Amino acid sequence: MLTTNPQLTADKKLRHLLTIDGLPKAIIENILDTAAQFVSVGDREVKKVPLLRGKSVFNLFFENSTRTRTTFEIAAKRLSADVINLNIGASSTAKGESLIDTIDNLIAMDADMFVVRHAQSGAPHLIAKHTNLVRPGVAVVNAGDGRHAHPTQGLLDMYTIRHYKKSFHNLSVAIVGDILHSRVARSGIHALTTLGCPDVRVVGPKTLIPTECERMGVSVHHDMKRGIEGCDVVMMLRLQNERMEGPLLPSAQEFYKSFGLTAEKLARAKPDAIVMHPGPMNRGVEIESRIADGAQAVILPQVTFGIAVRMAVMSIVAGGGAA
Amino acid sequence: MQLDAEQLIDVLAEKIGATDEGTVVVGIHSGGAWIAERLATRLGRALGGSIAVTLHRDDFAHRGLHPQKQSTALDFSVDGSDVLLVDDVLESGRTVRAALNELFDFGRPKRVRLAVLIDRAGRELPIEAQFVAMTLPLDPNQALDLTRADGHLRFEILPR
Repeated sequence: MLTTNPQLTADKKLRHLLTIDGLPKAIIENILDTAAQFVSVGDREVKKVPLLRGKSVFNLFFENSTRTRTTFEIAAKRLSADVINLNIGASSTAKGESLIDTIDNLIAMDADMFVVRHAQSGAPHLIAKHTNLVRPGVAVVNAGDGRHAHPTQGLLDMYTIRHYKKSFHNLSVAIVGDILHSRVARSGIHALTTLGCPDVRVVGPKTLIPTECERMGVSVHHDMKRGIEGCDVVMMLRLQNERMEGPLLPSAQEFYKSFGLTAEKLARAKPDAIVMHPGPMNRGVEIESRIADGAQAVILPQVTFGIAVRMAVMSIVAGGGAA
Repeated sequence: MQLDAEQLIDVLAEKIGATDEGTVVVGIHSGGAWIAERLATRLGRALGGSIAVTLHRDDFAHRGLHPQKQSTALDFSVDGSDVLLVDDVLESGRTVRAALNELFDFGRPKRVRLAVLIDRAGRELPIEAQFVAMTLPLDPNQALDLTRADGHLRFEILPR
C-alpha cells in the first residue's frame, strides 16, 4: 500500500506531510527551524502572519480529536487561512459517499489543503495520491492515521526535545507504554533515529510492543526501572483503551504498577530528565498526578510548540515544499 | 567591484545628524541589522533589535517560504516609538513594505524613518528613504551584495 512516496516532489521537497518514515534529515530540521520562527508569533500583539491569506484549509477529522483539531485550526488561522471544519462522521460518509468522492467535492470547492485524521492507516496517502493526480498543488497533512503515523506529533515532540536538550547527540530517550497501538511512538522513533539520537528505548509489556521494534533500531525493555535508567527524556504514551482488541492487559491498576510513571521510577532517569506526554493523559494509569504537574513535565509546552510546528508544516507544503 | 560599507556608514551617520533622544535604531535582517548595530553606536541611540521579513514577503505564492533561521527580535515597546529603520540597499521597496508590516504586528509606532546605505533605483512601490549615504543606479542584472569578512563590511557588485 505504501510503496510509493507521494509526499515528496521529484526534487525531494515536501509537498504533503504523510509520515516521518523516509523523510530526509534536512527536511525535518528545516521544519523545526521554521517552527522556531513561528513560536514568537504567539507573543505578538497581532498573532497572525499573512502567508496563507486567501487559502482554504479543510480539517477532515474522520476520527475524533479535540486537541489536534484545535491546534491545527489555530495554526491555520495564525497563518491567515480560512479554516473549514468538517464533521465527517455526521455527514456524507454516513450517507454512503466514498472517501474519494468526498475529496473531489471539496476540491471542487477550491480547497487548497486537507488536514486528515482517519482511523484507517494509509487514508491520507490515498488522498495525497489522488490530489497529485487530479489537482497537484492541493496539499495533504496527516493528522493521524490508524496505527500508522502522526507526523506532526512526532515533529512537535522533536521540537520540544531540541528546545530543552539543544541537540540529539548523546541523548537517551525512553518511550514508555502502549507502543503497539501508538502512531505517536512510531513517528517519534523514526524522527529520533533520523536526527541522530544514539539511544532510543521502548519500554512496555511484551503484549504492547510490536516485534518490528528491534528492526527500527531501538532497544526493547520490559522492566521500566531499567528501561528509563539514566535517560534524558521520558516520553509517556496514552493507554489506548479504545484500540485494544481482546485481553492484552490484565487491568489499568496492574499497568500503573509496572509501567506508570511514578516519582519513584522517575528517580532512575537523569535528575534533569524531561517528561513528555502527547495527551490526553490518564492520570493514575500512565502517569502519577504529581509527576504530570511537576517541574520535570513539559506536557503543556508540547501543546504550545505544536501550534508553531503545525504552522511550519502548513506553510512549507502550501509553498510547494520550498524553504 | 567593491565598495567600503564602513565609510558609507560614516556618511550616513553624518547625514542623519542630530536625532531625538528616544530614537530607536532597528535593522532589517541580515545586512541592515549589521549596519544598525554600527549606526546606533555612531548616533548614540538605542539599538532596538532586528526585523526578519520572511513572514511578510509577497513572493510566497510562487517561491514558497524562504529558509531563514532568524526571526524578528525587538526589545522595546513599539507603541508610540520613534523608529529609524535601517537597510543596506533600497531597490524595489518590497522588503521595506514587508518590514513595515512586520513592525506593525508588534504595535503602532509614532514615526518610522528609513535610512539606507545605497539607493540603487528600480523602485516598484512608492517608498523612499529619508537618509541615503550614496545613490548608485545599477543595471537590473547587477547584484549588490553586502558581505562581512573579519568584521569589516563591504559591498560587492556581481552579475545577477
